[in-house]
This record gives sequence, C-alpha cells and structure tokens, in this order.
Amino acid sequence: MVATTAAPPGTRPTRPRRSVATRRDTRDAWILVSPATVIIIAVILVPVLWNAILAFQDLGFRDLADGRLFGTFTLENFTDTLTSAGFWRSLWTTVVYSVSTTAGSIAVGLIAALAFRNSFRGRGALRSFMLLPYVAPVVAVTFVWEVMLNPQYGIINHYGTRFLGWDQPIDFLGRAPFAFLTVVGFEIWRYFPFAFMFLTARLSALPREIEEAALVDGVTPSQNFRHIVLPQLMPTIALLSVLRLIMTFNKFDDVFLLTGGTAGTEVSAVRVYNQLIGSFDVGGAAATALVLAVIMAVFLVFYMRIVARREELT
Amino acid sequence: MSRLSVERRTFGVLRWVTIVVLTLASVFPFYYMAMMSFVPIEQLLLHPGRVFVPVEELTTQTYSSVLAPTSEGGQGFARFMRNSAFVSFVTTLLTLVVVVPAAYAVSRMTFRGRNQVNSTYFAVYLFPAIILAIPLFVGLSALGIRQSHVGLVLVYVALTIPVSIHMLRNYFNTIPVTIEEAARVDGANRFQIMWLITLPLARPTIMSTALYIFMIAWNEFLFALLFLTAEPPLWTVSLGLSQLASGIEVPKTILMAGSVLLTVPIIILYSIAERALTEGLTSGADKG
Repeated sequence: MVATTAAPPGTRPTRPRRSVATRRDTRDAWILVSPATVIIIAVILVPVLWNAILAFQDLGFRDLADGRLFGTFTLENFTDTLTSAGFWRSLWTTVVYSVSTTAGSIAVGLIAALAFRNSFRGRGALRSFMLLPYVAPVVAVTFVWEVMLNPQYGIINHYGTRFLGWDQPIDFLGRAPFAFLTVVGFEIWRYFPFAFMFLTARLSALPREIEEAALVDGVTPSQNFRHIVLPQLMPTIALLSVLRLIMTFNKFDDVFLLTGGTAGTEVSAVRVYNQLIGSFDVGGAAATALVLAVIMAVFLVFYMRIVARREELT
Repeated sequence: MSRLSVERRTFGVLRWVTIVVLTLASVFPFYYMAMMSFVPIEQLLLHPGRVFVPVEELTTQTYSSVLAPTSEGGQGFARFMRNSAFVSFVTTLLTLVVVVPAAYAVSRMTFRGRNQVNSTYFAVYLFPAIILAIPLFVGLSALGIRQSHVGLVLVYVALTIPVSIHMLRNYFNTIPVTIEEAARVDGANRFQIMWLITLPLARPTIMSTALYIFMIAWNEFLFALLFLTAEPPLWTVSLGLSQLASGIEVPKTILMAGSVLLTVPIIILYSIAERALTEGLTSGADKG
C-alpha cells in the first residue's frame, strides 16, 4: 500500500514514482503545517494588512463603537503624521535609542562572553544568573529599577548623595537627559544576556588550534582577540545587530513602564500607543505604525542586499 | 616588562573585575526586590540605604496583603496569578498542538511551498507587536472577544509560534533521517513515523519549548494592557502590578511582594529549562 501502482518495478525507474511520493509528501506536509499557518495569517498577516487600510481612513473610537469598521478614504493621516514635529522627534529618539542600546548590549555581552570563556569553578551557575535580566518579567524588573532610582527613598540616590557628591537626588526617570540615559541603560542591562548567550555559543564552537599556535608564537591577548577571535565572531555579531535593532526599534513595554514616554523618552511605539489610547486616533496611530514598518522594511532590504553581495564575494 | 606579560596581567585582573561587576549587576535587583518584599514600608523610608535587613524586622504581612482578595482589603493577586496561570497554560497547550506538526513538516519533508512557509514564520518574528496592536484591538472589539482571555490566548499563540517552530525545527534537524527510513521500510506512513518515532525522541525539547512558551505568555504585558485594562477581574499579574503601581497609593513594599510573585514562577521554570533553552535559542549561531 506504500508502494506506488503507477509503474511496475523495473520499468521506467525513479521519475514518476518520485513525483507521486513528492505530491503525497506535499499533501501530508500541508496538513501538518496548515493550523499554525492559518493562525499566523489570521492573527498577524491579516492585521498587518488591515493596519495599512486603517491608516488611509478617518476613524475614531466613536465609529468603531458604532460598529463602523470602514471610514472614508483619506490621505490626511499621512500628511498629519509626516508634518508633525512630534513624529520626527520620536523617530529620532527611537533611532538613537535603538542604535545605542543595540551597540551597548552587544558590547557588554561580548565582554561578558570573553570574561566567561575560560572555565572556572562556579562558571555554570554565574552564567545562568547573568541570564536573569533577560528572562524575568519586564513589569517586575522595571518596577524594581523604579524603586531603586526613586528620588526620595531609592538606594541609588541615597548612596549617590552621600558618597558621590551629588548636590541633590536625581530624578532619573522624570527629567530630561537622565530619563533617556536611564532607559538606554536599562535596555542594555536587560538585553546584554541575549548577546552573551549567542556569543558564548559561538565562542565555544571556535577551533582552539589556531589560537594555541599563536600563543606559542608569543601573540598577546589583545592581538589574539583583534586578529583571530573577533573576525570569527563577526557573522554572529552582525546577526545580533540586526535582530536587536529590529526588536528595539519597535520597543514598547520597557520604555512605557519606566517613564511612560515622558522627559524625552517618547519612542515611536509609545507614541503609537498614546495616539491610540490617549487620543483615540485610530487612523493616525495606524499611519504612524505603517510609516515605521516601511522604514524598517527598507532597512531590512538594504541589509539583505549587503549580505547577499558579501556572500557573492566570498 | 614585555607587552605580553603586561597584557596577560591586566586582562587577568580585568577578567575577574568584569565577572564580579556583571554578576552583581544582574543579580542585585532581584535580591533587592526579594528583600524589600519582606520589609514594612516604614523601614524602607527610615533606612533607604540598607542592603541587609535585620531578621527581626522582616515581615510576611506584605504577602498576605498583596494576595488577599480586594473584598478583604488586599490587592487580589491570588486572582491575578490564577488568571496568568490559566492564560499561559492554555497558550502553551494550543501552541504545542499546532507547532509540533508544523515544525516536523518544515524540518523533515520536502514539499512545494516549504520555503514560503518558512520565510513567513521568520517574517512574523520581525513584525512589531505595536503594529498588530491597532488592528487586533479593533478586530477583537468587533468580534466582542477583546475583553476576554480568549482574545489574549489567540494573540499569544500567534506570537509564540515562530520562536517555538524555530526551536523545534532545529532539534528535528539533528535526528538522523535513517531512523525514520527504517520505519518507512517497515511500512509506516508519515503520521505514524512522526507520532511513534520522532516525537518521542524529541520529548525533552518539546518540554523545554513548552516552558519557554509558558514564560513568554506569563511575562507578556502590551496586549494584556490593551485588551484588559478595563476589566480588573481578568487582569494578569503583569497588568495587575503595573496598574497598582501607577494608580492609587499602595505601599511600594507590598508591590515588591507582587513583583516577587510575578518573578518566582519564571525563575523556577527557567532553572528547570535553562540549558535546553539556551541551546534551543542559539543553535545556528555557532555555524558562523
């Protein structure tokens, strides 16, 4: 029953038989794949497309409450978005935020991975402690940071005013340059473990022979890192950069929970949320989100091009 | 001294400084959270700089007050924990049911459209949640299931599919095809092979993927905020904590107890699955 009846064995060998098997495989595979795919299409792809439609409509919460899902077609949301100073300010904040947190978390993760490279007693335990900021619930960790940084009873301000010579407690989350710096610091703290994890995996897969030979030749640790280890880590670092950039470009909860987007920390995702929930401007929020998605897509295409070209070269 | 020995010595010292600093930075906030959750609020205000608290000042009052239902003057966290557990558990179960067969197919079978399916899963991973927020908010409102756990579970399942497929597919790729071919020669069909041979082999990975899905669902905040803010009885722990922290004055130490309750399940799950989890996530990173 497994064998095909299309051709008696021996005559006209593989071709027809394989195509029957492939077709059956295709049918079976689609049975297995379809539930997940249907959910993805229904809950993610259709909403993304629908977001594009919403962006061209003049819709408020009132209309939605009345059961109207479609308003009149308009370009107003885009002209409003692209001409508002707030949009450009938040876009700039987002770019600085995502670039600096991506660079920072990868740099710290790299330093950590190098420090943990050679084994010592208790390495495994410390390593798993270091992943805590990444796996812990964002609401809990932002809340602890808030308490630690509080101007009245926060432990950081307590020691800062006492030993670091601060004139007065610093309002880390409520005042302009501090709030942004804190938010960036938080994000580096929370995501350096992610880079650490990937770079550790790559490091442990590096062949040791070259380095050992170099060591015999008297190569110093910094030369070894610069010329032997780093080049081999570059593909992983490049991948991490792209993943982290995309993730932080759209970051919402960390910033929202720490500052609510005040004091110069309104990143784009928080702005979209404020438009939606604060101003009940569905169309405007959708337009802002769409513009962001397009920027991201352009960046991705650009990156893919570079990767493709580099692969052609090697 | 030669450059070599200078460098060796400096990096030797720097290495330990780095290890100590980073470990402290990672662990201290959690220690602080746990400690503060056992302290009465007056003590925090009196001694803001304390890192160790004398045992006789510790109290579990914070916990009983955060867990007690609102009708008894508490913050109702017991209920939030039940909500979170329910939502995360159902999400995990449903995600596994759709994801295991799909991951098997993309890893094991050659079929028309496989590349498209694969890249769809990857693309979804890159879609920002905030873009989904608006249409999902509108759409689920229209269907009348926005302010319910049904809507939330639906979204969580979709959000966890890509990562889970990634983890499972990588594992399936490492199981030798020859095992399956032997079964095929014996006359088993695809579904029998998958169910009787490959899945039992993958059980540990399926378990750790399940724990990871559970963690994502338990930690999630944005969609809970968007969908359920107006329905306090349905709040998850994350949402409950954030709402209480920004709303009416509840002593911070009591909310710290809430943070501990939110974090402890994650730390338990993570300690069970840590190894498999990091391997599952980073596999592929070492291919360079």
